Amino acid sequence: MSFETFINFSYIVASILFIFGLKMLSSAHTARKGNMVSALGMLIAIVATLLLKGIAFKWIVVGVLIGSAVGAVSSYMVPMTSMPEMVAIFNGFGGLASLLVGWADYHTQFGHVLNHPESFRFDTFTIVATYLTVLIGGVTFSGSVVAYLKLAEKFISGKPVLFKNQHLANGLLLFLLLALGAVYCIHPGSGYAYVALVLIVILSLILGVMSVIPIGGADMPVVISLLNSYSGMAATAAGFVLRNNVLIVAGSLVGASGIILTQIMCKAMNRSLSNVLFSGFGAATNAGKGVAYKGEAKAISAEDCYLILEAARSVAIVPGYGMAVAQAQHAVRELGELLMANGADVQYAIHPVAGRMPGHMNVLLAEANVPYEQLVVPEDVNPNMPAVDVAIVIGANDVVNPAAREDSSSPLYGMPIINVDQAKTCIVLKRSLAAGFAGVDNPLFFKENTRMLFGDAKATVQALVAEFKSK
Amino acid sequence: MESIGLLFFVFVLAVFLGVELISKVPSQLHTPLMSGSNAISGITIVGALIAAGLETSQVFTVVLGVIAVAAAMINVVGGYLVTDRMLAMFKKKDGGKP
Repeated sequence: MSFETFINFSYIVASILFIFGLKMLSSAHTARKGNMVSALGMLIAIVATLLLKGIAFKWIVVGVLIGSAVGAVSSYMVPMTSMPEMVAIFNGFGGLASLLVGWADYHTQFGHVLNHPESFRFDTFTIVATYLTVLIGGVTFSGSVVAYLKLAEKFISGKPVLFKNQHLANGLLLFLLLALGAVYCIHPGSGYAYVALVLIVILSLILGVMSVIPIGGADMPVVISLLNSYSGMAATAAGFVLRNNVLIVAGSLVGASGIILTQIMCKAMNRSLSNVLFSGFGAATNAGKGVAYKGEAKAISAEDCYLILEAARSVAIVPGYGMAVAQAQHAVRELGELLMANGADVQYAIHPVAGRMPGHMNVLLAEANVPYEQLVVPEDVNPNMPAVDVAIVIGANDVVNPAAREDSSSPLYGMPIINVDQAKTCIVLKRSLAAGFAGVDNPLFFKENTRMLFGDAKATVQALVAEFKSK
Repeated sequence: MESIGLLFFVFVLAVFLGVELISKVPSQLHTPLMSGSNAISGITIVGALIAAGLETSQVFTVVLGVIAVAAAMINVVGGYLVTDRMLAMFKKKDGGKP
């Protein structure tokens, strides 16, 4: 077996480990091992590459040390509530790496062709692949940085940023990127091509910013999923540049995974992908649609709420982003345990788009030690909802809005929701009667069987816990 | 160096395989799935190492390569560690309550 074959064999092993790792992620029992299997695959791919002939470690060590230190420290420091922005920024670094790999490969080729015009020629396939790598990598990087800033609410507000002629500007940007791509791919050996490439890098970064700023906070799960997919596609494109199978396999797996998550998120919001990307949902254009609901919301005190809960035999807790903001997950778990000790059956009903990224609520509740078995999906809890004594809504709004089922004029109409209004009693913990991120009023608050418990989610839940403990 | 046809063949198979694998992941595990797959996209480290390490590389290629290595390592190390941290919290009923 030649050395080359051995390296290629190692890449195949790495690919297989990635596939097994992802397969093991489909069950909570094996997921952690699966992640380690996948990490082992990555280690094998890295070591195999380092064994290639003519690789000097001097500069590699610098990059590896810096990257590992930053990655390790930030992954240990990040609180679980900030997981969406952490994932977004890590993703962005993957995109940046692909962009630079594409650029570096072109730079090397360019040098060869310049110095030995008679023996080196550009390969069109590689050039097109380089263009795609740089383009997708750039959009992934700057788009992820904007998503990070939006989620962390640093410098940029979480609200959609819209301006006049936005579509026109984006169209122009796309046209320029295509035109420059043509210049670059047709005469890759000319000085113009190098200038075009640098412009492509800059414009793709601008395109990434422009495509994420008009997207509102509630749509972030879709955007993160999509950027996740882009980072995979960028790696695949880099794989075509280098003609390396392990990049193509791993990148395609990630690309497919991101696309599927994007689809799931869109379905859970009953919207098409183009609607999410281009409409600036929750912005002024959509506000005021749907019927305005009037009525009297029945506010109750924590003590009255305790009396209702004390009598309940079956409770469904529905968390939303408000629970994450208030850091209420530990208090919620304590309340859940007290309810169970009181003889009630407790379930946590989690909507796929609750929070800021897919599965966000599950991670927070798992952090608070809520057993995995108690986390259920809407399809499992909805059929039994009429038998549920009390549904407690904590910081969720749009995902429990019955207008999605009943009011065909509502922008939310058709979105699958958790039918808390069908529970015998529904208690909504909320700071005010304000509309959710979609800017749509919620008729749930005015229903006969709904009680409003106003206040900060954490303080309110702690008050309920105190009531239970004092009795 | 592989032939272009073979590369596309591998690409198409991998996409289908990815769709099959990911469709089976329950929504409870979507966040770790995303950060875990995210770490896998750091595979571009392979290209970064070659750019930064080849002794025949020009200075500017090495510069681009080293930055790429650092960025990809953030993605890889950060992604796997944060996924492990999350998955460690998904426990069974009687598993270590405080």
